[in-house]
Amino acid sequence: MALANMNLTLKVWRQSNNKAKGNFETHKVVANEHMSFLEMLDVLNEQLIQEQKTPVAFEHDCREGICGACSMVINGQPHGPQRGTTTCQLHMRQFKDGDTIVVEPFRAKAFPVIKDLVVDRSAFDRIIQSGGYISVNTGQAVDGNTLPIEKDLSSQAFDAATCIGCGACVAACPNASAMLFTSAKVSHLNLLPQGAIEAEQRVLSMVNQMDEEGFGMCSNVTACEAECPKEISVDNIARLNRQYIGASLKSDKMA
Amino acid sequence: MSLTGLFLIVFLLVHLTGNLQLLMDDGGRQFNLYAKFMTTNPLIKFTSYGLYAFILLHAIQGILLWLKNKAAKGSSYAVNNTRATNTVAGFAKNMGWLGIIILVFLLIHMYQFWLQMKLGHLPMVEYDGVQVKNLYAPVTETFSNIGFVVFYVLSMVVIAFHLWHGFQSSFQTLGLNHKKYTPFIHGLGKLYAVAVPLGFALIPILFFLKNM
Amino acid sequence: MKLDAKVPQGDLATKWTTYRGSMPLVAPNNKRRLDVIVVGTGLAGASAAATMGELGYNVKCFTFHDSPRRAHSIAAQGGINAAKNYQNDGDSVYRLFYDTVKGGDYRSREANVHRLAEASVEIIDQAVAQGVPFAREYGGLLANRSFGGVQVSRTFYARGQTGQQLLLGAYQALSRQISNGNVKMYNRHEMLDLVKIDGKARGIIARNLLTGELERHAAHCVVLATGGYGNVFYLSTNAMGSNASAAWRVVKRGACFANPCYTQIHPTCIPQSGEYQSKLTLMSESLRNDGRVWVPKKKEDAVAIREGKKTGLDIPEEDRDYYLERRYPAFGNLVPRDVASRAAKVACDEGNGIVPTGKGVYLDFSSAIQRYGKSQAFSKGMPNADQKTITELGTKVIEEKYGNLFEMYEKITGENPYVMPMKIYPAVHYTMGGLWVDYHLETNVPGLFSLGEANFSDHGANRLGASALMQGLADGYFVIPYTIGTFLSKEIRTPSFDPDGPEFKQAEADVRNRLQNLLDIKGTQSVESFHRRLGKIMWEYCGMARNAEGLKKGRQLIKELREEFYKDLFVPGTQDEFNPELEKAARVADFIELGELFAVDALERNESCGGHFREEYKTEEGEALRRDEEYAYVAAWEWPDVNSEPILHKEELEFKDIELKTRSYK
Repeated sequence: MALANMNLTLKVWRQSNNKAKGNFETHKVVANEHMSFLEMLDVLNEQLIQEQKTPVAFEHDCREGICGACSMVINGQPHGPQRGTTTCQLHMRQFKDGDTIVVEPFRAKAFPVIKDLVVDRSAFDRIIQSGGYISVNTGQAVDGNTLPIEKDLSSQAFDAATCIGCGACVAACPNASAMLFTSAKVSHLNLLPQGAIEAEQRVLSMVNQMDEEGFGMCSNVTACEAECPKEISVDNIARLNRQYIGASLKSDKMA
Repeated sequence: MSLTGLFLIVFLLVHLTGNLQLLMDDGGRQFNLYAKFMTTNPLIKFTSYGLYAFILLHAIQGILLWLKNKAAKGSSYAVNNTRATNTVAGFAKNMGWLGIIILVFLLIHMYQFWLQMKLGHLPMVEYDGVQVKNLYAPVTETFSNIGFVVFYVLSMVVIAFHLWHGFQSSFQTLGLNHKKYTPFIHGLGKLYAVAVPLGFALIPILFFLKNM
Repeated sequence: MKLDAKVPQGDLATKWTTYRGSMPLVAPNNKRRLDVIVVGTGLAGASAAATMGELGYNVKCFTFHDSPRRAHSIAAQGGINAAKNYQNDGDSVYRLFYDTVKGGDYRSREANVHRLAEASVEIIDQAVAQGVPFAREYGGLLANRSFGGVQVSRTFYARGQTGQQLLLGAYQALSRQISNGNVKMYNRHEMLDLVKIDGKARGIIARNLLTGELERHAAHCVVLATGGYGNVFYLSTNAMGSNASAAWRVVKRGACFANPCYTQIHPTCIPQSGEYQSKLTLMSESLRNDGRVWVPKKKEDAVAIREGKKTGLDIPEEDRDYYLERRYPAFGNLVPRDVASRAAKVACDEGNGIVPTGKGVYLDFSSAIQRYGKSQAFSKGMPNADQKTITELGTKVIEEKYGNLFEMYEKITGENPYVMPMKIYPAVHYTMGGLWVDYHLETNVPGLFSLGEANFSDHGANRLGASALMQGLADGYFVIPYTIGTFLSKEIRTPSFDPDGPEFKQAEADVRNRLQNLLDIKGTQSVESFHRRLGKIMWEYCGMARNAEGLKKGRQLIKELREEFYKDLFVPGTQDEFNPELEKAARVADFIELGELFAVDALERNESCGGHFREEYKTEEGEALRRDEEYAYVAAWEWPDVNSEPILHKEELEFKDIELKTRSYK
């Protein structure tokens, strides 16, 4: 089974560090339809190394769509054209011979570019640190079956918990808002009875941290939901809004 | 944004109800009486200050939000190809621009009618022995001008776009979302976004046709 | 050097309880003064760092990822075992212990495995309390399923992403300790050396991957939870970044590496499609419940398929060889992983492989679709349904069961597996070997501990499904927080160490020189190309089936590759910047050395057991032949200097509670 070669023109964002001004570099790459998008970039990098040039830096790890490391915008879309798919699982059969493909880093003030296509997403870690957990020490747990949880509820919490923390929601949002990410974690924990005790404090702290990190405000464009590789619903954002309004009204803390 | 927006949505309906009186075939009597009532009744007066405040607040908040969000995004993409599950992402993304156009429209609109009613020298008419400012007259005059008719109709289209996103968006922002009811709110929002601006747009069109 | 496993005396069932009740403790005021370094933030590392933070130790935690949440534990699909006996089907701690030892082909340490089975129960409770959304029944209670080769339902699962959900639980617990200030987190920091003072592990040299700066971090002890070394094969189901460097660096500082040759090859992965391939994707083992594995009987059919002139659909039933059903009638397609993998290799070696590379077999769901379709049609009152309806109904059942997996398969291969039979081939998945540790999870270097896949302790020569998550979390949540106290209770008078001391400076200089050497080669070949070649040698000579001659040749080839690597490598850039190529180069340099030790170990072990199959040692029917008399030991290798021969230390394994039997699946 001979595979037809695909001749591609890549316009890749190159930026040597956060301070430097970036620009697009154009390269020709020969790929085939069975390659993943990242394997196509591997081919490009091998080519660059043969020319003793600096390869394109991009983040990737598991290459099976779950670690959330890959993070690039392909032809204007975070993780590229295929719905519900991370860049690492995007395959070249989604493109045609002769295509020009523009590859850019995720763009948001809160995700500064580190190098080429690599951005700093540590703001997400800090949002989780501000309250995205249930306060239980090892050893304090009671038997798992002493707390029955309705199957549907558990499943809803699960839908939110599938977030892989890749940041495509922020990248897709014209406002660079992190509402889908934050609301997914808030929903996951606040829907469950284990998380109920800290629910109000959690939503207040996490939203507060999100604002401090410099993410924009949600204006319900829903580009996040469309680009999310795990297809997490904006219903979570409505839930966060509802809980946030409720918690702020109830909270006795000033501001 | 959502609270002020919802208030303005309610206001539009009230405003439309009042304005549709222009279409009554009574030479503007009903409308002029209504206009007098609206400008003299103390309760309405009080409410109207609230309205001005809400318009201003909505505009200022909107502009601030727009600037903040632009700053949060930093630079933009070379290829713009964002899709959304929302079928009207184009409007949603451009609420700021739509808002600015609406603001410009409002200024012109208020200068033409509101300012005339408040400060301008309008001819007086007498109904049952009461002197009333004839606001009907400048309306008739303005809408005999094809340029203004087009301007008003286009502005209503912009408002329709703004509402198309804004209506359902305000519910989402307030967290008023439910599997059963949200589809209804979305439908109502679309209906509202078409029907209300269409109602407004009919007025200049019909006036123009009547005076041809 | 004599390896002492330090297994407590007493009855197997009460050892751990007795140990916990009598071990020396560290008072809370002293814990605050004791520094612990944890390297790695997968299930084992994150849970250990969080728990030790909760206890009050001063923890510094390191990961080379941009966030602790990305560790490769996240990719585990199937589930986690626990001896809860919620299904009332006769499960118990003893049964889980027994199954694990037997599944490991009697090459693991009894006491450690029993402790693992005991801890398994607490893990589920802890995870539920953290908000891990395990699958539930309609009554709201936890659901279970059964998994590879055991007779009870003891596997807890969270759809197809149990690993991610458990890791998020541990990551959240870790995040809480970071926000409390009990754990200081160092993202994008890679450990490049261990620092020893007076023979004890007292710190590490870490490279800040963003700036390239080398940092000296001191502590009273060091815990490595840095995962396995499957990527020594280049192509594996491991993540691209998974590496053995932390573990290998401590070997260079005197720690022993145990059983490197025990490699688990997973039978159901998507085959390699070309030279550019960077990793292999696992398709869950659960597929074998409904899929039938086959290759064409006739070689000409196989050739035609490979050349694209025929497809699997063109081969009539009578020309298909369902080789697992033929060879293992009792277990059929559900034989354990190692057996299924070797059978696929045999079929392909005979020339019947069905992908262009020749290395692939079919996993066919058409029988299952027909079977389910007919039963659906019948239950819907359509006993005379036509073929099309039956196929539609059956497809729906399969979609409900495996929809996500089928979708992923289609994304990767571009073929619709509901129609065309899936193509699969075995791939390296997990490594049972690792740093030698005693009962305390302490290596032979005092103060250096190792957890999770990075150590060798619990799985023997073969790991059962849904046991990796269990081991990582047991080590991190419930073992190391206790056992580390035994070491640290003797250190309460030891002041914090000065990271500017001579040992630290020397270690930092060593690292700097090592990295500079790699940069200064200025040859012509990329790191990736060397890694690929290493992988090919490993797969060819140290893969699913090994023999003495091949292993000797493999070792020679690895040595030659190492020489070429140091002559012709090209690494762009400098040390003092973000330089992913340099990171990879240092890791591949370590993989090359580890690969050689792998071959040495495989050659030394003259038997077949679990994930180690030697062609010379098989029964007349071609099955693995264990040699308990001579080889019931752990091979722990000391190899600080590659210019000398590795030194073997044996830890004899004693089986007091279990009778050694030959596994049979016929």
